[in-house]
Amino acid sequence: MSAFASFKSLSRAMFLGFKRDGGALFFTILFPLMFLVIFGGVFGNQSTAKVTVVQVGQVSVLQQALAHDSGELSEVMEVTRSGDRAAALGKVEKGDADAAVEQRDGRLIVHFSMADQVKAGTVRGLMNALVQSANQAAAGKPPAYTLEAQQVEDESLDAIQFFTPSLLGWALASAGVFGASQTLVSWRTKGILRRLQLSPAPIPTVFAARIAVSLAVALVQFGLFVLVAQLPFFGLRLGHAWWMAIPTVLAGVLAFLSIGMVVGAWAKSQETAQAATQIIVLPMAFLGGSFFPLDAMPRWMEVVSYVFPLRYLNEAMLNVMGRGLGPMSALPQIGILLGVAVVGALIAARLFRWDVT
Amino acid sequence: MAQAIQVKDLRKRYGDVRAVDGVTFDVEEGEFFGILGPNGAGKTTTLEIIEGLRRPDGGGVSVLGMAPWPRNDRLLPRIGVQLQASSFFERLTAREQLRTFGSLYGVPAGKADAMLGTVGLGDKADVRVEKLSGGQAQRLSIACALVHDPEVVFLDEPTAALDPQARRNLWDILRGINTEGRTIVLTTHYMDEAEALCDRVAIMDEGRVLRLGAPAVLVRGLEAPARISVPSGVLTAEEARRLPGADEAGDDGVSLTIISRDPSAVVAAMAAEDALDGVQIRGATLEDVFLDLTGREFRA
Ligand SMILES: Nc1ncnc2c1ncn2[C@@H]1O[C@H](COP(=O)(O)OP(=O)(O)O)[C@@H](O)[C@H]1O
Ligand SMILES: [Mg+2]
Repeated sequence: MSAFASFKSLSRAMFLGFKRDGGALFFTILFPLMFLVIFGGVFGNQSTAKVTVVQVGQVSVLQQALAHDSGELSEVMEVTRSGDRAAALGKVEKGDADAAVEQRDGRLIVHFSMADQVKAGTVRGLMNALVQSANQAAAGKPPAYTLEAQQVEDESLDAIQFFTPSLLGWALASAGVFGASQTLVSWRTKGILRRLQLSPAPIPTVFAARIAVSLAVALVQFGLFVLVAQLPFFGLRLGHAWWMAIPTVLAGVLAFLSIGMVVGAWAKSQETAQAATQIIVLPMAFLGGSFFPLDAMPRWMEVVSYVFPLRYLNEAMLNVMGRGLGPMSALPQIGILLGVAVVGALIAARLFRWDVT
Repeated sequence: MAQAIQVKDLRKRYGDVRAVDGVTFDVEEGEFFGILGPNGAGKTTTLEIIEGLRRPDGGGVSVLGMAPWPRNDRLLPRIGVQLQASSFFERLTAREQLRTFGSLYGVPAGKADAMLGTVGLGDKADVRVEKLSGGQAQRLSIACALVHDPEVVFLDEPTAALDPQARRNLWDILRGINTEGRTIVLTTHYMDEAEALCDRVAIMDEGRVLRLGAPAVLVRGLEAPARISVPSGVLTAEEARRLPGADEAGDDGVSLTIISRDPSAVVAAMAAEDALDGVQIRGATLEDVFLDLTGREFRA
């Protein structure tokens, strides 16, 4: 018999076992996705919502600007038309629209409410800019100064750009540590390890099969996260080197499996393993930058974050997926994660027991 | 006949407990061999050392001419093991379970499926292992031990915790496996099971083999008296004691019991007095052997 045949059938058995485990499916796949939807929805909409403007009657300044717009204007402003001035003003009062504009002779009149000061400011600024450029066009002179706006990705990273990689990091970490520790403890307490010891299948094959299943599940998690985050509602824009996230994910999974193996080799019962997993994963998720950016943390927390492997997984995925940096930007972190995997595996091998007693 | 297993002066201790304390026996090829003893006697430890799961502190084991320790992957395909606790992969069906174990030995799926029929689980193929009854789980566990056609099969208390019906059912399966020519080593704490199945038994207690031989020989060697009982009221104890061949008699209000080393004489005399209605005759059993050897009642 070949080791590969054993590997294949063991992987299959473990994958079926995972697929039929409702709890595991929920916690590794659905639960993190729910977080993505909530975080992406709550924080994402703030920065991306457009200013809504009601145009009352003919407003040539606005109409011309929209006619020549190459997309920038419609990205920040949504214009509807209305013939009824009173109704338009009513909408602004109620907050259904951010502003109403009308033109009387040479005057552009903007009605706005101060209920949302940010939007009020945006509308005034926009309208002012439109009037300025209309004036220049009327005078026939090219503008002396133009403003070129360039976003600095790091500073104004959209919420979804941050949350996609970092919540994914948390999901991978908990699936890895939890999966490996539970498997090892349950195989030992249920006697499967001893049963496998009695079969001629090489023991490394058994572990390789378990690792392969975890890697496959992680790729599914990755794919789902990226697909959901790219829906128009969330609007994730992947960096050009996003593919580098795949080896990063795999290295991260190896690191967390290895930590899970240490827990599983040490813990005597599944309850102990579960508690230990929580104690490891939750603080790591908070301090490793899964729920809020490391830059926003107090200095001491940022220093502490360096001890958590999750920090490196998050950082590397954020670099290539969210920040749009090059492929090399994930390499140092991948190296660290693989190092953690090796050290963890060595410790787990030392603690390993075939048997409950 | 050749020896399938040779065990010589095996020893294993856990702290102060001498779990196995100098066990010696041989098992012949094709034999149905039993290790009988109460809980804690050292049966599982002995079996696990022979299987190669544990390393003995002292003594030697050879299975099919090979040493089982350290893990010997030339020997492993030739032995089949059912552990005391059934060990299954979680959330797989009976068929998937058996195919997975089969594949570890290079057994094709079709052959694994056929094994389900052998243990009478053909109609449970698609049932998850968690949903199987105790008896069904034991049979699946035995199927997993047999899937690769091993020459020697080890079964650790395969019928523990089964109802009588399921036990008999399993006995038939085990006899069938033995008839195919496989050597079987079985542990049990049921006297009747050892008597019903085994060619030879080793009676174990406190890590030692107390007696070894065919169940019938062990019982006969005991020369234990038979017990003849009839419902109370047919004869008085006084009358019974005077029957030819009777050694002792007593009445507990429910039945009258006569103890005799010559039961045929007693029964003949009772027949003459027309006192045989509802008679029961019980010969000595392994239970009496155990009592005789240890001075204790056998407690499972
Ligand atoms: N792993 C172990 N650690 C410590 N003591 C053990 C261990 N396994 C068995 N024992 C002890 O060894 C003795 C024999 O146990 P075991 O072989 O399981 O008996 P049996 O199978 O006949 O019930 C018992 O006293 C038991 O408590
Ligand atoms: Mg036992």
